[in-house]
Amino acid sequence: MSQQTKIRAVIVDDEELARQVLREFLSEHSEVEITAECANGFEAVKVVAEQKPDLVFLDIQMPKLDGFEVLELIGPDAAVVFVTAYDSYAIKAFEVHAVDYLLKPVGEDRFEAALQRAKERLGGKLPQTTLPPAELAAAARPPSQYLDRIPVRDGTRVSIISVAKLDYAEAQDDYVALASEGKKHLKQQTISSLETALDPSRFLRIHRSYIVNLERVTRVEPYGKDSHVAVLANGAQLPVSKTGYTRLRAFLDR
Amino acid sequence: MHPILGNLRRLTLYLLAWIPLAAMLAYLMAVTTPIGWRESIGLALSLSFVYAFICMTAYFSCRATPLERSSIAKMTATHAMGALVASGIWILVAKFLAYALSKTGSFPNIEAQMSHEIPVLLGSGILFYLLSVDLYYVMMAVEASREAEARALQAGILAREAELKALKAQVNPHFLFNSLNSISALTSSDPAKAREMCILLGDFLRRTLGLGEKSAIPLEEELSLIHSFLAVEKVRFGSRIQMDENIDREAMTVPVPPLLLQPLVENAIVHGIANLIEGGRVCLEITARDGVLSVRVENNFDPDAPPRRKSGVGLANVRQRLAARYGNQASFDVKANGDLFRVAITMPAQAEARAS
Repeated sequence: MSQQTKIRAVIVDDEELARQVLREFLSEHSEVEITAECANGFEAVKVVAEQKPDLVFLDIQMPKLDGFEVLELIGPDAAVVFVTAYDSYAIKAFEVHAVDYLLKPVGEDRFEAALQRAKERLGGKLPQTTLPPAELAAAARPPSQYLDRIPVRDGTRVSIISVAKLDYAEAQDDYVALASEGKKHLKQQTISSLETALDPSRFLRIHRSYIVNLERVTRVEPYGKDSHVAVLANGAQLPVSKTGYTRLRAFLDR
Repeated sequence: MHPILGNLRRLTLYLLAWIPLAAMLAYLMAVTTPIGWRESIGLALSLSFVYAFICMTAYFSCRATPLERSSIAKMTATHAMGALVASGIWILVAKFLAYALSKTGSFPNIEAQMSHEIPVLLGSGILFYLLSVDLYYVMMAVEASREAEARALQAGILAREAELKALKAQVNPHFLFNSLNSISALTSSDPAKAREMCILLGDFLRRTLGLGEKSAIPLEEELSLIHSFLAVEKVRFGSRIQMDENIDREAMTVPVPPLLLQPLVENAIVHGIANLIEGGRVCLEITARDGVLSVRVENNFDPDAPPRRKSGVGLANVRQRLAARYGNQASFDVKANGDLFRVAITMPAQAEARAS
């Protein structure tokens, strides 16, 4: 690669020594320029949003936001190589979805192979992984472990919504709008993938476009000929489809 | 299997025990009826020998009406019935014996004389049978307590095995791989430090392996294990970890299960300090007072940290081991308050560590 198309890389890991290994390996590659190093998830999201790097080396276990949450927030534009010490579920998910990853301790051969693949992706020879980040994160979650928080990003600002404070979610094209504490947060995710990540004993899909927090439902009222609306504690009214109504009744009658 | 018939030694002892009973029977027969002393002794011995075997059936009715699970009415009915049937059979045997003897010609009056014996035979038959019932109940109780003892022993072995298994699973793979990665980083930037960390890590692993074999070690030894663990973690996390210790001098010799406290400190780092960008403080406090060892581990943590994957295994393990070993004598308490996380445990503090 020539000088003017330098690959811009960001290293994200909370341990200085772990960053040092990657820095050292990358120093042999003049075609790669390290534009930033980050020691936690918040910083990583901010830096990636500002710098729009080509390549991100991303640790999984970090303060503030873990690697999957960072990936969800930075979107699929950069090529991401995960770096982890030991996480059997994550590794399985990476393998199934052909996501690049490195295991600590990181060996140079394996590092070179991952860098080569990243370059091919960036050069368009290999397709970017088509899997939306939220679905990769879901695949990497240990079974029967549901989300208890949802990170959202607005520009370079990250906020975290606790699922206990989520009133409902509404599908809006490729996004979901998350209603919590009187505000709505947009997040790039399909409503179906959000549905599978939430605890089914607390959240219910009541409509093609709506998931509701069951604790917030105060009553269900008929609406029109054969449809219903769910009325939430804050007064919001959500449409309930026919199948949604059956499910909701089954839950409320329990 | 019958407890007496199945064992020659017990059978011999059992039959010997019948000799005084036979003597008593002979006395009763000679005194209450016209049968002579010689005949009485002969008859009593042979009849007792037969009855000794008849009474063995009492074992089966005892098994069918176990003391602790049967009503008094049921037991009374069963054993009264058993006693009547057994002595009835015995009387028939006696009559047959008298009949056979009279046929030999040597004892022409024996049959008539024997009919006087029926009340004596009935009375002693019932008495002997009930004595047998007592004997079997005693034997069954002894057997049950022996079984209970064996079971308790077995349970103890199982608990220990479970503990060992838990110990083996305890060296956290994350810790190991991350430490190796740090060493790999240091080999080029600071070879001397890399070597030092290899030695620290080796030291920690060696201690972990060695301690798993023992059932208790002095607290001092566990502390030194914690120090070698911390030495490795400090290389990884640098100044992010601060450790405060406040340990009673008397507590140092108290025996503790190996690798019980180290997971508490590891937990404080992995789930506490590691999630804090600026790091934090781990505070370890140990006191030994009035035969109770109290351990408190307190650390800063981020209540909004990303949920750790596979969290809580270390603490659950400590709780289980405490419960398995000390039952109600130990306590385990976890509290999160603001950005402080605290684990407090208490357990019995015996005076000295046993040499193991």
